This record gives sequence, structure tokens and C-alpha cells, in this order.
Amino acid sequence: MLGKLSLDALPHDPIMMGGAATVVGALIFGALIVTFLKRWKWLWSEYFTSLDPKKIGVMYLIVALLMLLRGFADTLMLRAQQVLSTGDSQGILSADHFQQVFSAHGTIMIFFVAMGLIFGLINLLVPLMIGARDVAFPLLNSVSFWLYIAGVALINGSLIIGEFSAAGWLAYPPLSTLEFSPGVGVDYWIWALQISGIGSLLSGINFLVTIFKMRAPGMTLMKMPIFVWSVACSMVLVAFAFPILTATLSMLSLDRLIGTHFFTSDMGGNPMMYINLIWAWGHPEVYILILPAFGLFSEIVATFSRKRLFGYTSMVWALALITVLSFTVWLHHFFTMGAGANVNAFFGIMTAVIAIPTGIKVFNWLFTMYHGRIKFATPMKWFLGFVVTFTLGGVTGVLMSVPAIDFQVHNTLFLVAHFHNMIIGGVVFGIFAGITYWFPKIFGFKLNERLGTYAFWCWLIGFLLAFVPLYALGLMGAARRLDHYDPSMGWQGLFVVAGIGVAVLGLGMFFQVLQLVYSIWKRNENRDTTGDPWNGRTLEWSVPSPVPVYNFTHIPTVTSRDDFWETKQHPQADTRVPFEAIELPKNSGFGFAIGVLSALAGFAIIWHIFWLAGVATVAIILFVIIRTTGEHDSEIVLSAVEVEQIDAAARRKMTAGVKK
Amino acid sequence: MRRRYKIGAGIIAGLAIGVGIAMWSQTAEFQVLDAQGEVAKKQLDLLIFASTLSLFVMIPVFALVAFISLRYREGNRKVHLYRPTWDHSNVAETIWWGLPALLIGVLSVIIWTSSHDLDPYKPLVNDKKPVNVQVVALQWRWLFIYPDEKIATINHLTIPEKTPINFTITADAPMNSFWIPKLGGQVYAMNGMSTKLHLMADSTGDFNGSSVNLSGKGFSKMKFITTATSETQYKEWVKQARAAKSLDWEVYTQIAKPTEKTEKQSYKLEDAMLYDKIIEKYMPMHETSGHMKEHGE
Amino acid sequence: MNKTKEALARRIVSDDKVTFGFWIYLMTDCLIFASLFAVYVVQRSATAGGPSSNELFDLPFVLVETLLLLTSSFICGLMVLAAQAHRKNLVIIGLIATGLLGAGFLAMELTEFSHLISEGYGWQRSGFLTAFFTLVATHGLHISVGMLWLFVMIYRVSRVGITPATLRKLTLFSLFWHFLDVIWIFIFTIVYMIGVL
Repeated sequence: MLGKLSLDALPHDPIMMGGAATVVGALIFGALIVTFLKRWKWLWSEYFTSLDPKKIGVMYLIVALLMLLRGFADTLMLRAQQVLSTGDSQGILSADHFQQVFSAHGTIMIFFVAMGLIFGLINLLVPLMIGARDVAFPLLNSVSFWLYIAGVALINGSLIIGEFSAAGWLAYPPLSTLEFSPGVGVDYWIWALQISGIGSLLSGINFLVTIFKMRAPGMTLMKMPIFVWSVACSMVLVAFAFPILTATLSMLSLDRLIGTHFFTSDMGGNPMMYINLIWAWGHPEVYILILPAFGLFSEIVATFSRKRLFGYTSMVWALALITVLSFTVWLHHFFTMGAGANVNAFFGIMTAVIAIPTGIKVFNWLFTMYHGRIKFATPMKWFLGFVVTFTLGGVTGVLMSVPAIDFQVHNTLFLVAHFHNMIIGGVVFGIFAGITYWFPKIFGFKLNERLGTYAFWCWLIGFLLAFVPLYALGLMGAARRLDHYDPSMGWQGLFVVAGIGVAVLGLGMFFQVLQLVYSIWKRNENRDTTGDPWNGRTLEWSVPSPVPVYNFTHIPTVTSRDDFWETKQHPQADTRVPFEAIELPKNSGFGFAIGVLSALAGFAIIWHIFWLAGVATVAIILFVIIRTTGEHDSEIVLSAVEVEQIDAAARRKMTAGVKK
Repeated sequence: MRRRYKIGAGIIAGLAIGVGIAMWSQTAEFQVLDAQGEVAKKQLDLLIFASTLSLFVMIPVFALVAFISLRYREGNRKVHLYRPTWDHSNVAETIWWGLPALLIGVLSVIIWTSSHDLDPYKPLVNDKKPVNVQVVALQWRWLFIYPDEKIATINHLTIPEKTPINFTITADAPMNSFWIPKLGGQVYAMNGMSTKLHLMADSTGDFNGSSVNLSGKGFSKMKFITTATSETQYKEWVKQARAAKSLDWEVYTQIAKPTEKTEKQSYKLEDAMLYDKIIEKYMPMHETSGHMKEHGE
Repeated sequence: MNKTKEALARRIVSDDKVTFGFWIYLMTDCLIFASLFAVYVVQRSATAGGPSSNELFDLPFVLVETLLLLTSSFICGLMVLAAQAHRKNLVIIGLIATGLLGAGFLAMELTEFSHLISEGYGWQRSGFLTAFFTLVATHGLHISVGMLWLFVMIYRVSRVGITPATLRKLTLFSLFWHFLDVIWIFIFTIVYMIGVL
């Protein structure tokens, strides 16, 4: 009846119990607060069932930032273990638990933090930037979000019931096959990724259609804000890469469930095939994350230099080139598998070539600043930090593109330092810059600059302290993922430095939380009273902050790149166009239901409770059929009068801050 | 206030580095940079060359960042030309498509030639007869088989100096990676397959080796010492090892059971085909399990 | 007058979005199949001492299967033409015929599978059979989903007739069905035809 599930699945080890207690405690605490504030109904009708991409975007950001804290808690354990576990000391974690922690850390940081943050910003910004009121398929967007939440639920559920995978964030077979990982850990990994991955795939389709079919009149492709271009490229990658992930995870799951032989080491299975397939998805995935970050920085640099983005066309071509090339480099993740010299050389050269378009982006940003008048607000500080760290990471990446060098640093902490360099210095800094920059547009007030600056310096210094020692450790011969090492290697000192770096990063996060709380508290002092607090360039700054539900009262007509900025240069007499009625999608609990059922189905398969998996799947199918066949009244109409009232209210609220 | 937090940050950074250096005991060494074998030396040269090449990008970028952000900052008392609509220059863009392309072009040539020159499958040649070593990654220790000397060892590898060593590598475990940093780069150890690696020690000494690919709970214990000795010492060592207990398939199945014991062992090799048999364990044609057999043939 | 024109224009735009989105979806699905094809090609010789493809496949049988699917695809095309002409009854007949042929195809596929399994050549037997079963069954699963969709469409057409929304859904369904047809042609060629060579 309950498959493999029994009371033994509850945690026994004190640290694991601590993890479970934290998750359960956080959930109960959150629920209590909502109950106390009597906000359940509000939460349900304003957020959970909302099809407004701005609300969905905010939910993505909140959940992803919570997951960042979870992933960081893992980091603390990893660093503590590697500082302490040398010689006779075994550290704080058993080998198996340590391996679960780093597997969870990688999985969470990529899938549930970076992806969540990127999709959050895409939801918030893309419709506004292209002058649209919505995404192409609002309901599907909500489904995507709830599938992401289902993945989050499963991966955190593994803390409470059962265990997580100990096979690394990409679960290479044969280690991840039933033979070597008989527990439910790998299954949790598979289904958390599978479900959220399908959500990402649907989002990819959704935003491609949004970008290609819903741009405001006049906005030709070459007049799109560069961020939208970067998202378009990123979503093309999603549409091409995520199907491979879906197929690969399905195959691994079949191996574990019904005894197929895709990746087993006997009966003609082929683990090398898995490694090829997972990286055919995995390498583009890196670019799925970094391209939007490039886009964010492009907008920020232009705004704060008060100049047009330099080399727009170059930038677009660079993005397109990276998109194509990112599918030709996957083998560089395993030069050491013994492919021939020709194969290795080819993939090495392709990897090096991808540095060219990436490099020219850096130069274009710098020349956007050249002849500018640069205001170093916090988003711009993040940008400078990014240029420094990202260049460093890029250089170490190019070093590793030489197969013969890679043989000596592959799978060591050098590699770990390299990709954290790209992901933290690139993606995370970009997202923080983006959140700071667009925060007033979303919430109507700016974040505190001083605390933001503290956070930035902590992140930059913490990052360097945490990862430069790892480069050195790699060159000393330290493999990644070691739960224990010999004191005679002399690594402990550098691990201590790295640990201090992580503490500084933690301080940075503390400042960010403080910044958020303080800025909310003092929100009236930092109100955005114009809708355009930074002297912005793109369409989203032309509407009131926070943005009304319909985004634009009138769909703008675009005549140039940076249309809003150009309009500001040549102010015209305000010709009042009469308001018109606006159609908006009605709230729907459909996405929520699909998410819950998917999580349930995933959980049931993990624990081999097949009847429940069947019931949940059938329920999903029925929901989809009912939703897609019925003639629903899926839209509400705001009349012209209502639009006028909402618009007036939004503007009144915005300027109210001035009087105080 | 501004100054205060910068000082604070500086103190933290300084302290951290200080603590680190204080704790950095005498034994720490950069194994990758302290190459003791022909392959590792060439790989190190490449690393140095490519790093130097990358300075051609890093230095201009960092210099430009500093120069431009200082010169064009809003608060700069000396106001420089502000051109809000200047967004294109063919010359400039040609330079930064061209220059990196040139550097990458150079690097590509290096990648191509070095990939062939340092192909792990390429045998090393000198006047000495190579020593064959068959490496088996187990859960969780290393078995080294010397088919010609008819000996085998666990968790320690002894090789003669200045002699090419031909490694053939497999696993009877999840995938591992076989690496002796001071001698040269790694290659994966995979079951049912045999990969190759060719290394040589230029001098005598003890070199660390380990697995660098996650292979389960005992992964961090998969370390071994490689001892490069003079040729006479090597012969002596072989003689001693041959006096040890014998290793056949029966004994092997005991050894192959998962264990986290790390002690060294030596064996006299009784079964010359042991390595092949370990690979064949996973080879389809020899698969005997499965009830379908009687239907098939 | 102006209002309805605008509403119509909006409807067309939204149709356009759905169709474009559906094409992208088909492309992604195509990539799932591409992955499975790649795996099949790699695993084709991994027979683990079991039977290889030329010992297993019965080409005439599969040819009949193929003809069933091709015919159903053809009828599906006619069905869309009928829908465009607003011939409700013809549409329903077309859908039923498409469905029957599809069911026949599925039945034959299941027969083949159960035959193989009873011979002892299930997916557990070898890497090759694993790849074969997964590829063909994934296609079969898609056909099953298509059948489900088809039933829903029959219900819908008989209830509400041929509205613009229904017409669009019928068009998308036929796209899906043709897509599966194309995938099957690849399976037939790569798995069965090359398999018996």
C-alpha cells in the first residue's frame, strides 16, 4: 500500500533531524504568520491563483531566494566539513551525508535558485519591456511556476522523508544506478528535476511565443531591448536543451524502475551515453542562466552611463553565436574519458571559440561607459564586480578548454572554483544587480543604497576569499567532493580561508536581508514618485510604479531602440487618448492543482506507491481535458472607466510620497 | 562612513589571509606545478603558456575598467566629453572581434597540437622497454596488476624511473578517475571498458595519486603512493612482491568486495588473464545471468 | 461594427500564438525523439548475447502497421478539410475513422510487444531491446495521448459543432497526428528497415 515508505524513512542522525526540523519549522512558522495575519484568502486570490506574470515573477523570486538560503546552509556544512575533517577527525558529517549535501547544494543552486531567479526576472520584465500586457499563455505560465514549486517541495521533502541523492548534482551512472544507489535519494533527484524541468520547458515555449508574437507595434527585432534578446536566445536554448534532459532523466528512471539497460554497466547498458546526454543539456543550461544575466547588465550599464548601449548589433550577434556554439562544446566536461585526440581537440577549440563572443560583450559594455556619465549606484557596483570576477572565471575557463591542461585540473577544486566564478560572479551578481535596479518598478520604492553597498563588498570579498583558495587547492592536487583528506597534504589552511570567505558571503546575505527589511520599513523615504527613478531607457519605466495589473493603459507604439529614453529627449505635447477596455486573464487554481498533483505523483513514484502515482496522473489528465475543452469564461474585462480609475489611483499613490 | 566599511572589509580579508598562511603547514605543495614526469612537465608548460596568453585579455580589460570608470564617473570634477548617442564604431568593434579571435586562433593551434602530442593514449618512447601496469578501480581501493612481472599490488604503485609506463585502466566499481598529478593528467576508469594512459617519472621519489571522480561512500579513501625507484631497486622490489601470497580469481572476488580499508597489499599474480576477466564481467557476451538464456540459442 | 472587427483581429492574433506555440512544442517533442533515436543507434549493437534486430523484426507485419497509421493520417487530413467546410458529420466520421485506424495500429504494436516479451526478449534482456522498446513505446504513448485527444474532440464536435475554436483545435490535432506519422516513418526506416538488413 505504501510502497517502500515506512517509519524508517524519517531522519535519525542529529544533523539530518536538524535539517528536517528546520524545513518543518519554517513551514509551520510561515503558516502561523499567514493565519495570524488572516491572509490566507489574500494569498490564494492575489498570488497563488494569479495569472499576472508580475505576481508570478515575485513568487519565483521569493521562493528562489529562500532556496538560496537553503543552498547556503548546505555550503556552511560543506565548508565546515572540509575545514575539520582531516587526520583523525572525521568532521561533522559522515561520507554519505556529506555527499548528499553537496549533491543537494549543486542541484538546488542551479535548478531552484538560479533558474528560479532568472524565470522570476523574465516574468517581471519581458512583457513590460516589449510593451505587452501579458505573456502569451498566462495559464501555462502559472502551471510552469507550480511545477517548479513541486520540484522545490520534493527536493526539500527529501530532508524530512528518506534521503537525497549522494551521486553528485548530475548523478553519473553507474553510481546512480540501482546497483550502487539502491535508496530513494537518486529518485528524489530525478523527479524533482523532471517535474521542474518540464515546467522550465513550458516556460521556454511560452516566452518564445511572447517575444515573437506580442511585441508592441513598431518594435522590430532589432529594436528590442537587449535583455529581451538575451531572453529570446536563452529560451531557444531551453526549447532545445530541456527535451534532452527530460528524455535522459526518463531513461535513468526507467533503469531504476523497470530494469531497462540504458546506463547500467552490464547487459549492454552504456553509462558514457548518459554522460554525453546530460552534458548535451548541461552545457547549454549554463548559457540559459548566463545569457539573461548578460542582458540585465546591458540594460543597467546603458542606464547608469546615460548612454546608448554600445554595439547593439554586435551584442545581438554575440548572443546568437553563443546560443549556437553552446551546443558544440559539451564534450569538454569529460575530456578525460579517453576520446581520441581529434575529438578532444575539436571540442577544445569550440570551447575556446565561445570565448570570443563572450569577450566582445565585455568590451561593448566598457565602451558603453566610455564617453558616458556614470552613476555608480549599487546595480553598477555589481556590474564592476561582475566584470572582474567574470573575466577571471573566463580566463580559467579558457585554460581548461585546452584538453592537455584539463587533464591536470579536471575534477579538482580548480574546476569547482571556475564554475562558481561563472555562476556567482556572472549569474548571481547579474541577478542581484537586476533585482536592485527593477525593485522600485515592482514594489514602488528603492532598496537602501548603503546596505546594498555593504552587501556588495561582502559578496565580492567573500567570493574572492572563498574561491581563490580553491584554485590554489586544485593546483595542489585536491580533488573535488572529498569528505576527508590527509593532514600531510597541507590543505587545511586554505580550506580555513575559504571557510572565512563563506562566512563573509553569509554576512553579505545578512546585509541583503537587512536591506530588504529596512527598505520596507522606510519605504516612504525611498518612494519612486515618477515611475522612472533611474532615468531609464526602456518601456517599463514609462508606466507607474508599482505597475498596474494591465501594464499599459495604451499599448505603446515604438519607433526606436530605447524608445522611452528617446521620447524623453523630445517631449511632445501630451495628447490624451481616451481609455479603452482591457481584457485580462481571470485567476485560476488550475496551475496550483497541477503542481500539487505532480508533486504527489513524483513522491508516489519515488516511494513505489504506484496506485497513488496512477491516481494523480489520471487526475492531471482529467484536469487538463476539462480545462481545455470547456468553454470557459477565462477572461475578465476592465471597462474604460475602471482603467481610468486604476490608472489615476496608481499615479496618485505614486506621487503621494512627494507631499510627505 | 564610507572609509570605515572599507577598512572593516580590509581587516577581515587581511585576517583571513593571515590565518590561512599561518595554518599553511610546510607540507603544502602545488603538485600540479611541481611536475616530476615528462607528461606533467609538458602540461605545466602549456598551463603557463596559456595563462600568459590570457594576460593579453585580462590586463587590457582590468585597465580599461579602472580607467573608464574613474574618468567618466559622475562625480569626476574634471568633466569629460559626454556623448549620449555614440553607440557604434566600426574600428573599435573590429578590434575587439579581431583581437580575441587572433588570440583564440593561436590557442586553437596549441589545442590541436597539444591534444595530439599529449594524447593519453600515445605511448611514450625512449630507449627503455615500457612497463605495463593494469589498473583496476575497486570499491574503494586501487588494484595494480603487473602482467609481465606477474605481480599485483593494492594501493601502492612502484615504477622504475625514466621508463615509460603503459597504464591500461578499468573499474569494477562506479566510474573513477586515475590521477598522479606530479606525473601527468588523469583518465577515467570505467567498468567493462579499458582506457589508456602513458606516463613516465623523470626522477625517483614518492608521488601522490588518487581517484578524482566521485565513486561512492569510500571515495576519499582511494589514495595511493606512487614510488619511482631506480631500475635495480625496482627489480629487487618485484622479487619481493613475488614472494607474497597469490592472487587468482577466487582471491580477487574477495578483494573486489566494497571496503574502506586502505592498507597496502602485494600479491603474486597467478591468473594472467585477470584484468581481461574483470572487464569481461561486464561484457555482454559473457552475461550469464537472466532466465532468457534458454530461449535465445 | 468596429468592435467586432477588433475582437476578430484579436482572436486571429491569439490563434496565431497558439499555433506558433504548438509548433515549438512539436519541435521540443521532436528533440525528445531525437534523443531516443540517438540512444537507439548507439545501443543497436548492444545485444548482450541476446537477439539482434535482424532476428526479431517481422517486416511485413510492421508494414501493415505503417499503412494503418499512414491511412489514418490521410483521413485526418481529409477531416480537417471537412472541418473547414463546416461539415460536422463528416468531421465526426473522419475522427472516428482516424481513431479506429490508430487503435488498430496500437493493437498491432502491443501484439508485437507481447510476442517479443513472451519469447523472452523484453526490455530487460539487453541494451538494444531497452532502446527499441523505449523508442517505439514512446511513440505508442504519444499515439495513445492522441487517441484520448481524439475522443475529446469527437465529444466536443458533436456537442458544440464547428466553432472557430473547435476548428483550431482540430487543426492542431491533425498537426500532432501528422507529426507522429513522420516520427513513425523514421522509426520504420531506422529501426525496422535498417534493422532487418
